Amino acid sequence: MAEISQTAPWREMGLKDSEYELIKERLGREPNYTELGMFAVLWSEHCAYKHSKPLLKTLPTKGPAVLVGPGENAGVVDIGDNLACAFKIESHNHPSAVEPYQGAATGIGGIVRDILAMGARPVLLLDSLRFGPPEDPKTKFLFGGVVSGIAGYGNCLGIPTVGGEVFFAKPYAGNPLVNVLCGGIMKHEDLHKGGAYGVGNVVMVVGHSTGRDGIHGCTFASDVLDDDSESKRINVQVGDPFMEKLLIEACLEMMACGAVVGIQDMGAAGLTSSCAETAARAGTGLVIDIGKVPMREEGMNAYEVMLSESQERMLLIVSADKVDEVKRIGAKWGLHAAEIGRVTDSGNLEVLHNGVLEASIPVSLLAMGAPEYTPEAREPEYLRKTREFSGESVRAPEFSEMKGILLKLLASPNIASKEPVFRQYDYMVRTDTVEGPGRGAAVLRIKGTKKGLVFTTDCNGRLVYLNPKAGAAWAVTEAALNVAVTGAKPLAITNCLNFGSPENPEVYWQLKEAVQGMAEACKALETPVTGGNVSLYNESDGEAIYPTPIVGMLGLCEDIEKRITPGFKNAGDLVAVLGKVWGDARSLSGSEYLEVAHGMVAGDPREPALDLARGIIEVLTECAREGVLSSAQDLSEGGLLVALAESCIHGEEGARGCAMSPKALGCGGREDIRADAMLFGETNTAVVVSFAASNEEQVAHICRQNNVPFAVIGRVQESALAVDTCGGLRVLEVPTDEIAHAYSHGLEDSLRG
Amino acid sequence: MKFGVVVFPGSNCDSDAYHVIKDVIGVDCEYVWHETRDLSDFQALVLPGGFSYGDYLRCGALARFSPVMDSVYRFVDEGKLVIGICNGFQILLEAGLLPGAMLSNNVLEFRCQWVNLRVENTKTPFTCLYEPGEVIRVPIAHHEGNYYAEPEVLEELERTGRVVLRYVDASGNPTAEANPNGAAHNIAGIINEKGNVFGLMPHPERCSESILGSRDGRRVFLSMIKSLETGALLS
Repeated sequence: MAEISQTAPWREMGLKDSEYELIKERLGREPNYTELGMFAVLWSEHCAYKHSKPLLKTLPTKGPAVLVGPGENAGVVDIGDNLACAFKIESHNHPSAVEPYQGAATGIGGIVRDILAMGARPVLLLDSLRFGPPEDPKTKFLFGGVVSGIAGYGNCLGIPTVGGEVFFAKPYAGNPLVNVLCGGIMKHEDLHKGGAYGVGNVVMVVGHSTGRDGIHGCTFASDVLDDDSESKRINVQVGDPFMEKLLIEACLEMMACGAVVGIQDMGAAGLTSSCAETAARAGTGLVIDIGKVPMREEGMNAYEVMLSESQERMLLIVSADKVDEVKRIGAKWGLHAAEIGRVTDSGNLEVLHNGVLEASIPVSLLAMGAPEYTPEAREPEYLRKTREFSGESVRAPEFSEMKGILLKLLASPNIASKEPVFRQYDYMVRTDTVEGPGRGAAVLRIKGTKKGLVFTTDCNGRLVYLNPKAGAAWAVTEAALNVAVTGAKPLAITNCLNFGSPENPEVYWQLKEAVQGMAEACKALETPVTGGNVSLYNESDGEAIYPTPIVGMLGLCEDIEKRITPGFKNAGDLVAVLGKVWGDARSLSGSEYLEVAHGMVAGDPREPALDLARGIIEVLTECAREGVLSSAQDLSEGGLLVALAESCIHGEEGARGCAMSPKALGCGGREDIRADAMLFGETNTAVVVSFAASNEEQVAHICRQNNVPFAVIGRVQESALAVDTCGGLRVLEVPTDEIAHAYSHGLEDSLRG
Repeated sequence: MKFGVVVFPGSNCDSDAYHVIKDVIGVDCEYVWHETRDLSDFQALVLPGGFSYGDYLRCGALARFSPVMDSVYRFVDEGKLVIGICNGFQILLEAGLLPGAMLSNNVLEFRCQWVNLRVENTKTPFTCLYEPGEVIRVPIAHHEGNYYAEPEVLEELERTGRVVLRYVDASGNPTAEANPNGAAHNIAGIINEKGNVFGLMPHPERCSESILGSRDGRRVFLSMIKSLETGALLS
């Protein structure tokens, strides 16, 4: 194989020269072309986490409820009643950038199979999406394609899409983010893992036939996007949701009959990764003959079969005596269930093609032998400028301008209702969705119990850009408060770290800081990281995205009948802030207000007060238990006034308004307080709640016990949002209908504009 | 009395219908695999929502050729009750058990939302527990729910009271704004001439428990049970 050294095909496959040398050295010979391809995909950043592994090790991953942490197909958390929840988030950014419909669709397919591989029935999806400015024609194309791809695939599966977020900002224009979270439920005894245990057990491929689609998809995912990327459309896989639906039902039946020893999705790097990873986990080897793999195209060689990323396929390790049972179930669902090999004790992945040896590689080298890099980290230049921000650079608006600003914020596509998106998703199928999209975290009942699962995804990339450590911690606390305002207890997170190229020292610094911020917040809130995904090289034309470490959080509601919702319930209820509203210039840092009203992305967001966040979570769960709150809503983009506006919009008839004064928050006579910062400044350690006046003392008491500041700022009223100054002067009064109109039409108007 | 819920490989609302009938209402219910030919155990059948065979061609176009459908024709001839919800309605249209056809929503998008429906005919085995003209809140979730039929067919449906449910606004008016998909005459559900086959796009099984925001759908199943128990309204 002298030609391999001469033509250096590894470079085109995405391997560095040093990595090729390492392969040669460890293998003790030159790899052949097929073997080289297998190394290239498994040693890609996407599969091997070469640049992120040392950092990921610093995240907390253990906790009393964690049944399975990182390393398997998905994390699994105990939710009591002998039930467990498997959940994970994953990115499909690059495929979605060039072929948005299929990119998003197959992103769903992949994460659903990860959950299935744990033995759980997938029961919910959330999508965390980032696009460029809505008025950009390219955004319209990507946005339309991604949303309809999610709808087209997810709706057919019968798995409700219950939540997520959509955020628009310029840095995502050429490189949108499509992160999909899937959750599933199982009994403890149904837990499965991806290990090829038991020498002599049978290796089977179940599901779709294998074609030439998606070859080198994960290599493509590990490179920056450029003008040439459009030509990579051929690397994008094509989804068949009906086939996936059959695969889910068939695999659940196969697992239920006790036939399945190990199971793994054939996603990124297809047969290569699933074979190598299952064998590596079990410390065994595999021998497979790709001539036995059901194929949809003729004349495919070993290289193509091993690297194909054809969708809707699972690798099963089956007890030798249960093979016929698996084949019978496959036939029932009209699926291929083909025997392709056996588990061995060789420690090697041996690939035959109709009996001829095509590749033989130690599985440990393939699956775990990729080098780890700790590149140079350097604080980005831009931070010097963004940190220079001070209140003086922002003109304080007159009170007469506040109404216009509020309506503009509510209509801003980052705050406005995402109904034009989620009404395209079937969010009710399975009849478990108790609180669906559009009102904060999703709440799903668990039939046969009193419990509810609560899920949210969060991350404001603009804040992470301005202060990666604070911003990433902020994503965790925001997710936790989102969960806690329903009355649920945050249990664990899954994360998807979307960053630019780690080979750029400034980007690597962002990644490092963000992981540290996330680790600290997760430790403080006792929400371990049970798994996730890293997506690097998110750059287009040399510009990196906002660093975007998405947090997907699972919470547990002990009694779903006692859940708290965001809308006001009764006129006359008291409205209070729990936590800290700063009201100073620094709280404008990275705020939606600063960008929408002043065109600025600047400042230095505060690191969240983790003790306070923890206290607020305690207060909310206790208040839920006691049933003393009528509503709860956390402060995020748009600050206090937008949070109040949302509680009005979601309010019950006759309780769709609120009159408030920030007086009780301590604004009087303080020089650092500004009205705009009080109303629109952002903090992630505050929530607004409402309750009957008769419950005031109890709520105040629970807050005192947990050292959480408590301030009554107003009352629920019928149909308008009103603000009085500390001096008692009414400076703002907006009918809720007007507020709701801005909120519900904002996104469509922006996309039209 | 036993209900059957037909399971096509791509059905995905089968367990929702089963849950309401069996667990919420407490009537005997069984899944019926699409290759089953013997339906003699059942007095009522549900064709549930979903994507029966992927529906890449036309919704329900393949399902009508499934083995179970041969038996469904006989089941209908015997005067037993069949309700087709969403994809089930589409299958009933493709199978010729109800007149008309489904087009893509006029908004050209999937729509999942709550709608208001007016109960136009309460003298059917599927709606006898509703008040005439009652407005109920029920969710829809479909991409092809734009009901179409030739003018003379529509005229006959209207004249004979076979339009059972219509999309309306909160005050009960069948306005264009209240029509989520462009369906002719705001039609959301129709019944066959004999009165034992009912097709509707909205999902009553998704609103049969108060925790899901409405119990307005439950009376569809309760009406079926009452009719089967009393024999009233059955031909």
